[in-house]
Amino acid sequence: MNDILVFVQKAIAQSVPLLYGANGEILTQKSGNLNLGVPGMMYMGGIAGLMGAFYYERAAAVPSPVAGMLIALLCALLASGLGALIYSLLTITLRADQNVTGLALTTFGMGFGNFFGGSLSQLAGGVGQISTAVTASAFRAKIPWLCDLPVVGSVLFSHGFLTYFALISAVLLNAFLYHTRKGLSLRSVGENPATADAAGVNVTLSKYLATVVGGMFAGLGGLFFVMEYTGGTWVNNGFGDRGWLAIALVIFARWRPLNAVWGSVLFGGLYILYLYIHGLDRSMQEIFKALPYLVTLAVLVLTSLRKKREDQPPAGLGRPYFREER
Amino acid sequence: MRGITKRFGSVLANDRVDLTVRRGEILSVLGENGSGKTSLMNMLAGIYFPDAGHIYLDGQEVVIRSPKDAARLGIGMIHQHFKLVDVLTAAENIILGMEGGLRIDMRAVESDIRALSEKYGFSIEPRRKIYEMSVSQKQTVEIVKMLYRGANILILDEPTAVLTPQETRRLFDVLRNMRDQGHAVVIITHKLDEVLSLSDRVTVLRKGRSIGTVNTCDATVRSLTEMMVGEKISLDIERPEPVGRALRLKAEGLSCVNREGRAVLCDASLEAYSGEILGIAGIAGSGQKELLEAIAGLVPVQKGRVAYVAPDGRTHELTRMSASKIRDLGVRLAFVPEDRLGMGLVASMGMTGNMMLRTYRRGRSLFFERRQPRTLAEQIVQKLQVSTPGVEWPVGRLSGGNVQKVLVGREIASAPQVLMVAYPVRGLDINASHIIYRLLNEQKRAGVAILCVGEDLDVLLSLCDRILVLADGHVTGVRDARTVSKEEIGLLMTSRKEAQA
Repeated sequence: MNDILVFVQKAIAQSVPLLYGANGEILTQKSGNLNLGVPGMMYMGGIAGLMGAFYYERAAAVPSPVAGMLIALLCALLASGLGALIYSLLTITLRADQNVTGLALTTFGMGFGNFFGGSLSQLAGGVGQISTAVTASAFRAKIPWLCDLPVVGSVLFSHGFLTYFALISAVLLNAFLYHTRKGLSLRSVGENPATADAAGVNVTLSKYLATVVGGMFAGLGGLFFVMEYTGGTWVNNGFGDRGWLAIALVIFARWRPLNAVWGSVLFGGLYILYLYIHGLDRSMQEIFKALPYLVTLAVLVLTSLRKKREDQPPAGLGRPYFREER
Repeated sequence: MRGITKRFGSVLANDRVDLTVRRGEILSVLGENGSGKTSLMNMLAGIYFPDAGHIYLDGQEVVIRSPKDAARLGIGMIHQHFKLVDVLTAAENIILGMEGGLRIDMRAVESDIRALSEKYGFSIEPRRKIYEMSVSQKQTVEIVKMLYRGANILILDEPTAVLTPQETRRLFDVLRNMRDQGHAVVIITHKLDEVLSLSDRVTVLRKGRSIGTVNTCDATVRSLTEMMVGEKISLDIERPEPVGRALRLKAEGLSCVNREGRAVLCDASLEAYSGEILGIAGIAGSGQKELLEAIAGLVPVQKGRVAYVAPDGRTHELTRMSASKIRDLGVRLAFVPEDRLGMGLVASMGMTGNMMLRTYRRGRSLFFERRQPRTLAEQIVQKLQVSTPGVEWPVGRLSGGNVQKVLVGREIASAPQVLMVAYPVRGLDINASHIIYRLLNEQKRAGVAILCVGEDLDVLLSLCDRILVLADGHVTGVRDARTVSKEEIGLLMTSRKEAQA
């Protein structure tokens, strides 16, 4: 019983970066941009947030948790937004291939993260020596009183604010996409940019905004991992498969933010399931880690069989828009 | 509109055209393909910007630079290809891109749409997704979209091309309702019976010029046809007498349906003879493409058969053969589509590579034979005066005329017995066109049976020996090109019923 409670709690903790990444990517893809740079933008957001907090804590005599948190948030959003902006510039304005550009952004972002992570470790005096405990404490603050409730307290209310914000942002994103004029315009841009253009929607601006904000979501996922999950330190290549899982989750959720909420918990659970099954050797552990991808494959096969148009990716996904092309 | 002129490169699409549309009337803009109807209307809708001329609205001069400008002035155009997002509902498509509050009040939108539908007699389900709709329902959504945005000048580009007769009648009722409510309605068409039954006035365009405007009550099928096709023009194209005429190809009762299941070719029969050019005339989309593709084995034939009589006298049944077998027999198709490169050539490859597309199956070695296609490409460059920096230069970067020379040249180089060309001079200037005509005549002298689909009646009348006319997938007549009048062809092209009667 206790094992199961811990498992659920850990699954929720695992789900947060996936949910941020997936929601950002849903927003991006709804504008017709397939940004495979999610892992890269997670690294960029994570390391930038960590650096911001690190330098703030070194400079301030008595660092304040709230100030550190705000600085970390700002740095993470800026860095990941910048990554997405580079991607946007290349694919929207210069009409470069989206797959290649996204993969390049991932490679770049991981290098960016590991390079500055390594430098920061040296500054701090060695691998694993980076500590931004004060800032991390703000990210790890639990909900007072509620977390003391039996059972549900530890499972549902012992997480930091980024966890709850992920949930809220999914609800907001859903409302934006399906109940507002701007959301309708954005969806039409991803489906059929020529039609949106003719209807007076600014296609280029919509794509830029959606992609940059989507990238910032991924950055928040990275920041969560660095600050709340690992407690304010850096491990090179520490993010593992989380960026790719987020992209798989987009397909699994069939481009709906609310599906991504429960999907992310499922993925998070499957991702760490191997830790809770005793007696697995290493090779079996790796197979268990691949479970989320197998589930995604199953969803792809099922949705292809059902042929429901609403479950398909946006029709304009992956294609650059050029007004004069007919 | 006064003195509107528009050029595309060296092609003059509209030459000092005047056009007046009045509120509370239906105006037809009538003309053959390529007469400049659509480009003229696109300038009203803000898609194109005129090179010269002025547009006045209610006496005031206006400048229309974008579809948004047009919408602001109350001008709405419904294109042949609908601009709708498939996975959205009718109501969502209708309000797409409009200003308003952050949240969408779908209920209010839906009741507005219902009110509009009642006023004009539409039937529309606001919550239905576009991809679940028939073509005519999509068209309705487009019309409602324009009205919802406050359009009071409505332009429809070939609105009935995709509709069944019943749907057409319903559309016409709606358009008449709109006229009676004081809207101005313009329909672009080449169907004479529609012009006569629906519109109040007709403006006829020919080769980019406005020929005249008449009241429909004063017009007849005959008078409009005359205005549309004009006098026969001599083009000074050589036409050698056919020699050694022998039956080469015989198609009987060919029928095809397109992907949507609509009949595009009905019971079409033809005979092609060696040493002769058979012209195929018809309004665009009357089944020309399908006829050629059916013979070439590229589209499945529903009914009918095609027989090929080889020079040695043996008869081959083509109907069940694969496209490559048919090719090997010497039945060749050179199709120049609207975008020119769509069919037959790979834009990013050089001439050599494109020649190899026809020969790569030959030879036993693992690797391609490059020398032969290269020599062939060089020959074509020389013989047809293709201007290219080299045979490895991507054909996509050649000018249109040169691309067509490559396409036709390659098919001719294979020494065919039957050569089918569609729109071989599409978009070419006079000189380039004459080179293509000369090529076709050379083949004719060599005893090839040529089928030529063309857009320009004058060209067909002066180049071909016989002309077969298609209308709506039916063969409405075969005439001797030396004696037939242009008007007669025009009548065969436009009114199927009359031809059969």
